[in-house]
Amino acid sequence: AGLFVWRLRNTGVLQIPCRFVQLYHVANNRLITFQYFNFLKRMYVTQCNKDLSQRAKPKSDSIVSPLHELQQLDQEKKAVHRISPVSPVHHLGSETSSRNELREMKLAAETEDSVIPVGAESKEDRQWKEMKLQLDDLPGILARLSKIKLTALVVSTTSAGFAMAPVPFELTCFLLASLGTGLASCAANSINQFFEVPFDSNMNRTKNRPLVRGQISPLLAVCFAASCGIPGIALLTLGVNPLTGALGAFNIFLYTCCYTPLKRMSIANTWVGAVVGAIPPVMGWTAATGSLDAGALLLGGILYSWQFPHFNALSWGLREDYSRGGYCMMSVTHPGLCRRVALRHCLALIGLSTVAPVLNITTWTFPVISLPINLYISYLGFRFYRDADRSSSRKLFFCSLWHLPMLLLVMFTCKKSVLEKEDKGNLPGGSHETAMEIRLP
Amino acid sequence: PPAHSRSDWIGPPDKLSNLRPIIFYVPPEESALERRLREARQEAQASNQRFWARHNRAFRQEKEEFIYSRLKAKGLEMRDESGQKATLNAEEMADFYKDFLSKNLKKHLQYNRDWYKHNFRITFLMGQVALVRALRWLRWRKKNVKQ
Repeated sequence: AGLFVWRLRNTGVLQIPCRFVQLYHVANNRLITFQYFNFLKRMYVTQCNKDLSQRAKPKSDSIVSPLHELQQLDQEKKAVHRISPVSPVHHLGSETSSRNELREMKLAAETEDSVIPVGAESKEDRQWKEMKLQLDDLPGILARLSKIKLTALVVSTTSAGFAMAPVPFELTCFLLASLGTGLASCAANSINQFFEVPFDSNMNRTKNRPLVRGQISPLLAVCFAASCGIPGIALLTLGVNPLTGALGAFNIFLYTCCYTPLKRMSIANTWVGAVVGAIPPVMGWTAATGSLDAGALLLGGILYSWQFPHFNALSWGLREDYSRGGYCMMSVTHPGLCRRVALRHCLALIGLSTVAPVLNITTWTFPVISLPINLYISYLGFRFYRDADRSSSRKLFFCSLWHLPMLLLVMFTCKKSVLEKEDKGNLPGGSHETAMEIRLP
Repeated sequence: PPAHSRSDWIGPPDKLSNLRPIIFYVPPEESALERRLREARQEAQASNQRFWARHNRAFRQEKEEFIYSRLKAKGLEMRDESGQKATLNAEEMADFYKDFLSKNLKKHLQYNRDWYKHNFRITFLMGQVALVRALRWLRWRKKNVKQ
């Protein structure tokens, strides 16, 4: 507040306090709702937003990764006019708090279904910047270039695949697989951003990316991608096994050369993106076992199906940006199909969960325990299918955010231990304990 | 950007195209290769700017027309009693978005091809320039060490 007053004195703009008070008042009124959304959003941020247009990372999932810069999530919802006098508002407190405020305002705008003028950019953003590489900023820039949060999510799905494999846990293999996957994911994300600079500039969610802002040159982005991707794939091929390396390389190719261009050509990109997201857990499994078992495919299938409710729900709110940016997404061109597919795959998740014990990956407790959450997401999918409005799409999207980690967690706790399989009947109630033993490295 | 600066400067996003303009620094001892790079970047920037400015303007215009026609069909005015601009909800706008996207698809396909060509060319030239500079620096270092 003090800072703000100082700025007022300096700028001498009199209309700012009124506008600020107005915005603050609006923000306060919606504080409670926003707290909830902000919590989810923050959670989302740590889980990496999936960029609708960006299909978060090929590795993890084009659809999956909500790993996108979460703070942009609501910005795309409404066209917000910028007013320059409001920019001092954003100097209050830290950048994140101003972003939260901005998010709140944007949510307010959405809820009121009207466009309120909001200073969308800080003053710093409107200045001319020297295009010289700042070395101290470099880690942050590279983190954003590689969509580090999304990468983290991808690596966690890989770890889930590794953990579910019916073999004794090997720490070195696990670490190598995770590191290799992470590097490959960074590479793929960087190339994706390299390809999409003018489109990212035009979409609210992505306009603050490093290449868009000129913080890094395209050459450096490509070099960074190569220096992540080549060691990453080499690590997977030589340090883990060739199958995992091949899958990693294939996934990078699928994401950068198939998904990214396809986004602007046909709605088939969503399905390609779902495959991109499904491959990391398969990689985790093959890293552990060295072969493509039915279990790997099942895990991949679960992630493949999950992508659809997640992405389709998210893309529902981005239709304007997609339309203007020229992205061919189901939510824009085939809205009915969009909702049908989302619902279909929610139901498929139930089916896939039931198949897991049949393939001896989990015990029969898994389909039983996972049924409530699968039914819930299917219910939200059905609501989305029927209502086709913003609130149902948001509910489905936010549900998908916690549904996947929870499903994977339940799957892991219901994992059929290797020991139990070997001496059947010797450990009647010990499946959980033995599973625990194997889990601990 | 200050006159004495020896690097490129990038500015805030353009109002129409949302792209950030770059002012390129022309060094006095610019080589032919560096000049080709700079010209390629300038050409790409101009072409991008043209495309997006025109495209976004068309979008805004068509959106206004759509809203106007829909409101008229409903018997409403562009501005309601309080003077606020009337808007349609997302579901009604969906028809417009679908229409706009399909109308512009071909334009986008062409632009994609052009953009990818520009991007690859610029990056490749950047690579060449960087390589030449690195070699030059190594030669200079070797000369200094010899002395």
